[in-house]
Amino acid sequence: MAENLLTVENITLRFGGVKALTDVSFDILKGEIRAIIGPNGAGKSSMLNCINGFYHPQEGRITYKGQTRKQMRPYEAASQGIARTFQNIALFRGMSVLDNVMTGRVLKMKSSLLEQAFYFGRARSEEISHRSKVEEVIDFLEINAIRKTPVGRLPYGLQKRVELARALAAEPELLLLDEPMAGMNVEEKEDMSRFILNVNAEFGTTIALIEHDMGVVMDLSDRVVVLNYGEKLADGTPDVVRSNQAVIDAYLGASH
Amino acid sequence: MSPPDLNRHDTFPKLLRHNASKRGNRPAIREKSLGIWQTYTWAEQAVEVRALACGFANLGLKRGDHISVIGDNRPRLYWSMAAAQALGAIPVPVYQDSVADELQFILEHASVKIVVAENQEQVDKVLSIKDRLPDLLTIVYCDPRGLREYTEAFLHHYDGVLAEGRDYDKVHDKFFDEQVEAGGGSDHAIMCYTSGTTGQPKGVVLTYDNCVKIGAMAIEFDGLTERDDVLAYLPMAWVGDNLLSYGQSHIAGFCMACPESSETLLMDLRELGPTYFFAPPRIFETMLTSVMIRMEDAGSFKKWLFHTFMEHAKKVGAKLLDGEPVGFGDRIKYRIGEACIYGPLKNMLGLTRMRVGYTAGEAIGPEIFVFFRALGMNLKQAYGQTEASVFVTLQPDGEVHSDSVGKAAPSVELKIEDNGEVMYRSPGVFLEYYKNPEATASTKTADGWVHTGDAGFIDDAGHLHIIDRAKDVGKLVNGDLFAPKYLENKLKFFPNVREAVALGDGRDFAAIMINIDADAMGNWAERQNIAYASYQELSALPEVYELMAAHLAEMNALLAAEPQMAASQIRRFLVLPKMLEADDGEMTRTQKVRRSAVSTKYRPLIEGLYDGSSSVYLEIEVTFEDGRRDVVKGDVPIWDVTAVSPAIAQAAE
Repeated sequence: MAENLLTVENITLRFGGVKALTDVSFDILKGEIRAIIGPNGAGKSSMLNCINGFYHPQEGRITYKGQTRKQMRPYEAASQGIARTFQNIALFRGMSVLDNVMTGRVLKMKSSLLEQAFYFGRARSEEISHRSKVEEVIDFLEINAIRKTPVGRLPYGLQKRVELARALAAEPELLLLDEPMAGMNVEEKEDMSRFILNVNAEFGTTIALIEHDMGVVMDLSDRVVVLNYGEKLADGTPDVVRSNQAVIDAYLGASH
Repeated sequence: MSPPDLNRHDTFPKLLRHNASKRGNRPAIREKSLGIWQTYTWAEQAVEVRALACGFANLGLKRGDHISVIGDNRPRLYWSMAAAQALGAIPVPVYQDSVADELQFILEHASVKIVVAENQEQVDKVLSIKDRLPDLLTIVYCDPRGLREYTEAFLHHYDGVLAEGRDYDKVHDKFFDEQVEAGGGSDHAIMCYTSGTTGQPKGVVLTYDNCVKIGAMAIEFDGLTERDDVLAYLPMAWVGDNLLSYGQSHIAGFCMACPESSETLLMDLRELGPTYFFAPPRIFETMLTSVMIRMEDAGSFKKWLFHTFMEHAKKVGAKLLDGEPVGFGDRIKYRIGEACIYGPLKNMLGLTRMRVGYTAGEAIGPEIFVFFRALGMNLKQAYGQTEASVFVTLQPDGEVHSDSVGKAAPSVELKIEDNGEVMYRSPGVFLEYYKNPEATASTKTADGWVHTGDAGFIDDAGHLHIIDRAKDVGKLVNGDLFAPKYLENKLKFFPNVREAVALGDGRDFAAIMINIDADAMGNWAERQNIAYASYQELSALPEVYELMAAHLAEMNALLAAEPQMAASQIRRFLVLPKMLEADDGEMTRTQKVRRSAVSTKYRPLIEGLYDGSSSVYLEIEVTFEDGRRDVVKGDVPIWDVTAVSPAIAQAAE
């Protein structure tokens, strides 16, 4: 039995009077691909935001690598090995692909601001080792051809891939993917699925992903948690979830 | 350094040994890996190939066996070929994009024992047909990514084969050298399958004598040395890559470089700056188009500078290249142009260092050819075939024309049969088609002449002109020659013509059906303020017909000046309402028109061309990429064009 990487217990998140999440609990095992699905507004992105410390839930506990935390800032989550991509691409549009992916290494850089600004001392040797790691990621995601291209000039599907590259450059233990395949065509989805599976297999990275394409979710994930109106509806393997009546109702719009 | 003694070093493994001892520290092969060019010297390459050959022997590869390599141009795949050759086994490179069925035919036909696959994609393809290949013992893969979970016992990682090879070499330390020594010039060196537009592909067996003699001939012809650089980017399964990159680098000792991926090709080209460059016309066309598009966006001063100096370059550039007399003022102006336009442009394209460039495979548009030569690049045309170990004709320096493919290469004899078919005899003539004696007998005569299947003629200066595939060449009713492809190519040089189908065999006159280029014509229509809603509507516009008629008139004037072609001037034409598509069976997957399919499908149009009507109603089914079908219907106008009488054309000259 694989060990727990992350446990979410009884999370409730409120924005004023609106409850985004109500008493949600689930766990993510080390090395698995965990999908979070649900209709629009179900609280999926809010859940990811809680995990990487962007939102602070009013109630409940999040335990990551055996440590329970109440409040955490996103950079703390990042330095502990949680990386993510965003539903709406959040890259530096004017910078090249290479530079964007390099930003994924920022937390690993130890040289001082001064050294980096004037490029001497540790900054120089560090740059080389970080660059070689970044090149590995670039090769892994097959974006060699666009290495020097400004991100803003790339088509959407490739920007998504660059975002994944930046997250991977941080060498995360837990990778959070917020709709990695939204707006992609079939071929791009196939490519992205292959990359996600390869990341999981080659680096042993644990992956939590939000996705709307049910075919993709069922193919990729080991276990699925279903949210609806901020509440957990079902949790289990793709087969279990698929045959769950409550899930079918939520997706097909049964009367409430 | 003087060339190696090819009587002693008569095989590639022996040449590799020679290079490792004579120029061990010179670069042999480069590969861009993780963004950095990695270089392997001849000495390193020899060590690697030795270990790999022993590894293959350990896996049971024997003299005379076939081994296949599948993938992009990668040093490890080239080394696999070299290692197989060292053992006396014969490499059979396969096109990396061939589908499983095509692959199965070749692997089965050649009884391939070992497949060396670049990556997971290729391994999956071979695995899907493995059950149907009883002779296949082993699959070796180079890139382990995604293959970790594969447990098949016959799957081996390249590094593992190499490690076991080193152990094998320690135990049998004389084995490798004995194997290399046992090879000779008459052994089979390589087998390349021809694409086979008709029927199944045929395996062309080339011996070391074929490859080495023709390779050495071309090296001498263009004065290549160990200091040259080539970019090995054309498919490994194509005989040209084998001979030009792999073969000639072994003979001359120069370095070949493998691009990072097919998408990074133009960038890698810029970084590397090869001195010897081989490309199909399509690559040069892409370069020219990208330059022109970027110039459109440039400021007006830069545009003026570019056009002024390009005009000048077209006037004197080619003359300077050919060593013809050019006035002092023109020379100075060309130098200035070199400093501000030509030099930077060549640098941007990665062609600054190019000494010799060849284009072959298809006809190249004269304006493309002229553009590159005007910049001072020695771009030439060649004509060849797999069966000839590539070269049949080459354009000697100073005798370069856009409409001919050059003179018979040294050591090649050339003749034209009575039916117009080009035939040749050379040291490069292939041994046989593998397991296909009938095809061998019908292609190669007893005294060594080979039928090319191409129709052509030799002009007074001894230059060969290729007209068309011999089987497509027909005759007009009055007996005059009719070569459809020759006409189509002439018309396709106009950028707004995408495709054309010429008709005329057994008819009174030649006519043509045109596919306009949607992008180029769309752009043109926009600039002319012409509104249109669909390709079909655009293609039927009178403005478009007028433009095409002007192109055809220009083309007729050119044809009138050629005695053999004057009769096949185009008299009538139409613009097709839909693009010819492979999905509709009108083209092959390699984008060649299927004449028979087109003539059946568009029969009403063809009848209209010859019965004098001014418009024909057509209904035709189209298939979209996702499999949906629809019907295109409407009237297709047919226009007349006036022919130019040959006498007038001559008077005008």
